[in-house]
Amino acid sequence: MPVTNVLIAGVGGQGAVLASELLALAAMAAGRDVKQGEFHGVAQRGGAVFSHVRFGDRVHSPMAPRGQVDYLVALEQLEALRYAHFVRPGGTVIVNDHRVEPIRVGDQRPYPDDAPGFLRGKGFDVVVLNATQRALELGDHRAANVVLLGALSASLDIPAEAWDRTLMERIPERHLALNRRAFAAGRDAAAVRATL
Amino acid sequence: MKLMSGNDAVARGAWEAGVAFAAGYPGTPSTEVLERLATYDEVDAHWSTNEKVAFEEAMGAALGGVRSMVTMKHVGLNVAADPFMVFPYAGTNAGFVVLVADDPGMYSSQNEQDSRYFAKVAKVPLLEPADAAEAKSLTAAAFELSERFRTPVMLRTTTRLAHTSSPVEPGMRTEAERTPFSRKVSQYAIPVYARFRRVELEEKLGRLRQFAEEFPGNVIDAGSPTVGVVTHGIPYQYVKEVRPDASVFKLGMLYPLPERRLREFCARFDTVFVVEESEGFIEQELASFGITNVAGKARFTNVGELSADLVAHGLNGTPVTPDFSKEIAVLPRPPVLCAGCPHRGVFNTLRKLGVLVTGDIGCYTLGCLPPYEAIHTTFCMGASISNATGFHRAGEHQVVAVIGDSTFLHSGLAGLMSAVYNQVPTTVVLVDNGTTGMTGHQEHPGTGHTLKGRPAPAVNYEAVIRAIGVEHIAVVDPWDLAATERAIRAGLDHAGPAVIIARRHCRLLPVEKVEARVPYRVALEDCVLCEECMASGCPALVWREDGPHIHAWECAGCSLCAQLCPTEAIVAAEVA
Repeated sequence: MPVTNVLIAGVGGQGAVLASELLALAAMAAGRDVKQGEFHGVAQRGGAVFSHVRFGDRVHSPMAPRGQVDYLVALEQLEALRYAHFVRPGGTVIVNDHRVEPIRVGDQRPYPDDAPGFLRGKGFDVVVLNATQRALELGDHRAANVVLLGALSASLDIPAEAWDRTLMERIPERHLALNRRAFAAGRDAAAVRATL
Repeated sequence: MKLMSGNDAVARGAWEAGVAFAAGYPGTPSTEVLERLATYDEVDAHWSTNEKVAFEEAMGAALGGVRSMVTMKHVGLNVAADPFMVFPYAGTNAGFVVLVADDPGMYSSQNEQDSRYFAKVAKVPLLEPADAAEAKSLTAAAFELSERFRTPVMLRTTTRLAHTSSPVEPGMRTEAERTPFSRKVSQYAIPVYARFRRVELEEKLGRLRQFAEEFPGNVIDAGSPTVGVVTHGIPYQYVKEVRPDASVFKLGMLYPLPERRLREFCARFDTVFVVEESEGFIEQELASFGITNVAGKARFTNVGELSADLVAHGLNGTPVTPDFSKEIAVLPRPPVLCAGCPHRGVFNTLRKLGVLVTGDIGCYTLGCLPPYEAIHTTFCMGASISNATGFHRAGEHQVVAVIGDSTFLHSGLAGLMSAVYNQVPTTVVLVDNGTTGMTGHQEHPGTGHTLKGRPAPAVNYEAVIRAIGVEHIAVVDPWDLAATERAIRAGLDHAGPAVIIARRHCRLLPVEKVEARVPYRVALEDCVLCEECMASGCPALVWREDGPHIHAWECAGCSLCAQLCPTEAIVAAEVA
């Protein structure tokens, strides 16, 4: 089985690392070799955080080579732009319809107003999800990461049991119900889009 | 199988190998090794004041008869270099492993340093894993090797290895036999017997060279008869990614190298690629063996972190994929001091005073950036105070050293003592936020708790500083700008050394988070758009078309922006 490459990007505190850990655990539960590597700078708060998850029969490099990422999941629009050059031609970008304004140190350029349009122009299959809004409706905006993961899961060859088991083992009991609903909401949203 | 990071796997390997004592000082990317070790009941693990102390404690425990480990980042090894260089002369009693994590790419470091050279200088064996599973198995192998040759063993990781997770098969713990210490002055009192030990060290290195030839962690992946690669660690994964067909000699033991096997391997190819991260350490060793049919650093940069793309470029000539993120405004997310960070008030004041500021290592290094632009120099742990003393000697007298609590205890005290002793009027601002902030809130001798979470005596900074002879000591709340300015001015005016302790907890500590404070808001009708408040550099404060706004959910209620406002337009928000 060839290696599937996923890149999950966000801003510190959005749960990019947890989402990538869940994906790595689910891939492992499905019997795959996996590597999950996170990258973050010195910022305690507000810095860009991204994580590569690669799974298949045998995975070597911790990060996917540029231009070979199959799925980019962005918890925020600017971060989708930052890492899109890792995505393969025709690859998928799942982006949360959400903005986190960066702290300005001198740079006064405006926040890009049409990230999805720019990415479509590059030939990517762009899926825009209002994950933060959906998570908020389910009870907590912080579950946006799991909504997006649910949407991603619809495209991946990882059985539902592996996802179930992973959520149950990794998410603390008191947050489990919310995260299950968030995951299902994302999966459903992706399914609706697939039928359009 | 368990998903483990390289750091988790090192800790697991040490635990399974029966390690009984471990010490270290926090430093990215090594920190989690000791934090994970501390979660095992069988392991006595603690944070030490610095890496030299940690090394000597673990070394003492190994001499005392139990398997021991010390953990640090690359710059920590510089601090611990003194015992690291001399312990091999004696050799250890029980197994002793030195975990050193390098940071190619300097994600969280002040320099890029290839620690493999230290192993060669100290003449100790060096192992380096290529993934988490190997991190576990090589840690166990390191303890075996240490006891077989009675030598410290260095285990080197890098940021990528430390922070990448992959499947690991966990095993059970094997309790190591205690090997009681027995007095043998000719072995352990080095200065007196160094000349004899020096000869023995060379003999031991000869035996290690023989061992390297049979070490099972040096592996050849058979492949193409025309493409040969010598590599190690994480770069091995890049090679396998981009040239799965190549014949690859993967070195698990980086010092000493298996000369005979390498000579045989390299003779099979016209040119052998040497793919290594950072410096050309292997390449230089090969050259010393007379093996010169190699392509190494000429093709693979010694600057920054390697990647599959860079290795593909060096091996195959594949062009590196362009980065089109430059075509659209991908705004950077620079590191900033958090909302409510107590350091902010200190840097606002220092900027206003216009003094020369010598900085140190911690979150507060960010004081060199806009909008503060207060710090002039930052080099290494503890340098702020001693550098400031030097500036005085050069005739610069309006100088302030800024140092954090953990860094002060690590290596600031010695510099302060020198200033007192030599009667230099060095002014120090000790920014005491009650934790080791930058590495993720580790305990230290000033926090009142140990790594294992037990209560501990907390250093009384004022008493220590007074005891070494500083006569001018002031404690101030850095959220109070006027008081902070008065205190720093008074310190500068004082004829002798002065210490101002700017004391307030890190905003991200639970103790601060639970303390509810009223957030502030901008009354735009009173605002004159002077932008004075923006000098606070607070991430909760944003400038929109109509003026400044405060994110209520992020505001810590520190009131710094309100203190900067000349028209009292920033006020405490009404409690709903």
